[in-house]
Amino acid sequence: MTMRTVMVYKRFERIWHWCQMALIMTLLVSGFAVRGIHHLVDFRSAVSVHTLAALCLMVLWLFATFWLFTTGDWRHYLPKREGLLQVARYYAWGIFRGEEHPYNKLFWRKHNPLQALAYMLLKVVLFPAIWITGIPYLLYNVWREQAPGWLEPVVWIHVGAAYAILAFVIVHVYLLTTGHSFVAHVKPMVTGYDEVDLTPAEEAYLQESRIVPMK
Amino acid sequence: MLLQARRSFRSLLPLMGLLLCLAGAAGATTEVHEEAAADDAHALPAIMPVTVVKSDSTADHTKFKELKHAFDSGPEVTKACLSCHTEAGKHVMATKHWTWEFKNPKTGQTLGKKHLVNTFCTNARGNEGMCAQCHVGYGWKDESFDFSKEENIDCLVCHDRTGTYYKTPNSAGNKACAVMFEGKKAIDWQHVAQNVGLPGRENCGACHFYGGGGDGVKHGDLDSSLRLPKKALDVHMDADGLNFACTECHKSDKHDIAGSRYDMVAKDTAGIGKPGEQRHAASCESCHGNGPHDMDLTGLKLNDHVAKVACQTCHIPSFARGGVATKTSWDWRTAGKTKNGEGYKEHGYIQGNGEDRAVYKSIKGSFQWGENLTPHYAWFNGVMDYTTIDTKFDPAKGPVEVNRLVGEPGAADARIWPFKRMQTVQPYDKGNNTLVYMHLWGEDDNSYWGNYDFGRAIRTGMEKNNLPYSGEYGFVETYSYWPITHMVAPKHDAVRCVECHSKDGRLEGIGGVYLPGRDSGNLLDMLGISLVMLTFLGVLGHAFIRVCCNKAKRGHA
Repeated sequence: MTMRTVMVYKRFERIWHWCQMALIMTLLVSGFAVRGIHHLVDFRSAVSVHTLAALCLMVLWLFATFWLFTTGDWRHYLPKREGLLQVARYYAWGIFRGEEHPYNKLFWRKHNPLQALAYMLLKVVLFPAIWITGIPYLLYNVWREQAPGWLEPVVWIHVGAAYAILAFVIVHVYLLTTGHSFVAHVKPMVTGYDEVDLTPAEEAYLQESRIVPMK
Repeated sequence: MLLQARRSFRSLLPLMGLLLCLAGAAGATTEVHEEAAADDAHALPAIMPVTVVKSDSTADHTKFKELKHAFDSGPEVTKACLSCHTEAGKHVMATKHWTWEFKNPKTGQTLGKKHLVNTFCTNARGNEGMCAQCHVGYGWKDESFDFSKEENIDCLVCHDRTGTYYKTPNSAGNKACAVMFEGKKAIDWQHVAQNVGLPGRENCGACHFYGGGGDGVKHGDLDSSLRLPKKALDVHMDADGLNFACTECHKSDKHDIAGSRYDMVAKDTAGIGKPGEQRHAASCESCHGNGPHDMDLTGLKLNDHVAKVACQTCHIPSFARGGVATKTSWDWRTAGKTKNGEGYKEHGYIQGNGEDRAVYKSIKGSFQWGENLTPHYAWFNGVMDYTTIDTKFDPAKGPVEVNRLVGEPGAADARIWPFKRMQTVQPYDKGNNTLVYMHLWGEDDNSYWGNYDFGRAIRTGMEKNNLPYSGEYGFVETYSYWPITHMVAPKHDAVRCVECHSKDGRLEGIGGVYLPGRDSGNLLDMLGISLVMLTFLGVLGHAFIRVCCNKAKRGHA
């Protein structure tokens, strides 16, 4: 195994990530303004911005989903038990004792097991909870005559999921400060390159095929 | 002739504009006097010919031989009108303007001025000698009035276009009151008869602006400021713009005029109707449709509101905006004070247009006035449940709602509507727990406006109508609700989203609807905020331990 600097976050993935970041922040701020939690944005603008950002995010997700399945990158998010406990133990204990992170990035496994599990839950639980309630919420007037009592559960799930996403963002950003440095963590999502532990076969293949840029 | 008239009309437009301004100015100066009079004693103002009404009439009434002779009275003019307009009499007689009676098919209640008790002068019934000035007829002063005689119809009060026609009470009343109506110039019946036309705002306004006994008193969204309003006061009646006559929205069919308060359409789902259909509805939707906002991001969301919020709720941000105040509270208990045996009044409210309004009158009691008022909002399905003269109530249960608004919060047939809520303390029958008819106007010793004796006025008012009276009266607090639907503001002055979508906003306390921006801070937000706070604290704690451990390690090294 050799550590090599490889393009792990491709251009689309990086654009996706940062657009998603900007849209989610916009949605959180405008959404909580609509809800009445803060008054940094006036209600009328907040509603319009929220709707527009939500539509953009859903389009982005359509592209991302297509990309994930056509490139096969969806496999990165499959949860695996292997190494999960070690990583959990590291964040709960080892990190305070100055231990090394127990996980090395692999080419086909760019997230550590805990990270993969967290991202997968985000993608299959929180994000769907948001859009599956968000679309009916937006189209409330279409179905309100048929199911007048359903607005409340829609609101509860939508707002509840929003709080959970905010909690995720806090942990996500905090974890960037662990390890070497904040910048070291953010940089791969900007340049695309990160250190990956390659098997000799992978290294030879990537070198030879040049399908993925490598430094 | 009509074409000629139109042509000459066009060429004269600039001049007419100038004349209109002058007429307006003249109107304004005389208004002070008239309205002071109206405020004092229900005297209707002389009509001002200040509005131009669109007309496509094919007749010039000055050319009719039927009108080319002298008339001595109103009924004579009416006979002449009916000699050509043969069916108009029957049509008018079928309307509320004539019968003062309306049987609500939804509640079965018999309503109308002939029956109702209101929260102002309380009852027209038995006081027709005064109140029937606003009846579309001649001479209704008591039970002897003949409702079947067509010549008793007053065509001119609605159709006079000279501005010189006026009405006075049908009976003399007490001396102290009668003097208010003396000294008016005699009506030139022939001139008036030859100059009839479609009603202008001033025709309808002669009564509807002065309901409740004076300018703006009753409704709050109808007062003399709507004769020549600016656009900011009313986009539709804007004298320099659309300049709508009342009948532009209040369409009529055989003289029956749409848009009665007694049977309202709170949610018009028919919209503009079928292609080519002429709807006889006075609703906003009958012109603007059911999705009136632009089809952009904001407009689409605003259109969603149509299902639950009446147009008026957002588009009439406040009422009594034209410089004329409306009465907000009336206390009959203080009525009857005299100075040297004479009734008197106290001034104390200067309204926006500079006029002085009385805050106390011996004949009526104490008042409060208001302008630029924020409406009272309530769910409303178009039905009002009236406390009529025979409705028993429990005075201990708080204010009696004279017209309780019907409509379940959130119900499909109801919407959130704006109202003026009038608060009054008025006499009631303490023994029977009902409202009472008072005998206010009359030439006899029992009329309140003369003797200031509630006991006798109530006894007479009840006896005259064969109603039971326990003989003991008290005072009860009442509310009445007046739908706010005029004084539609320009769109940029509409109520802003946040004025309802916020805590302590306009719709605080309105149930049956989830209102984003208002309905937060419940268990959901407590849980959500707790989750976020705990996450944040967890992260901080984690970071803190990391920093401490690092330091300790460096210390060791």
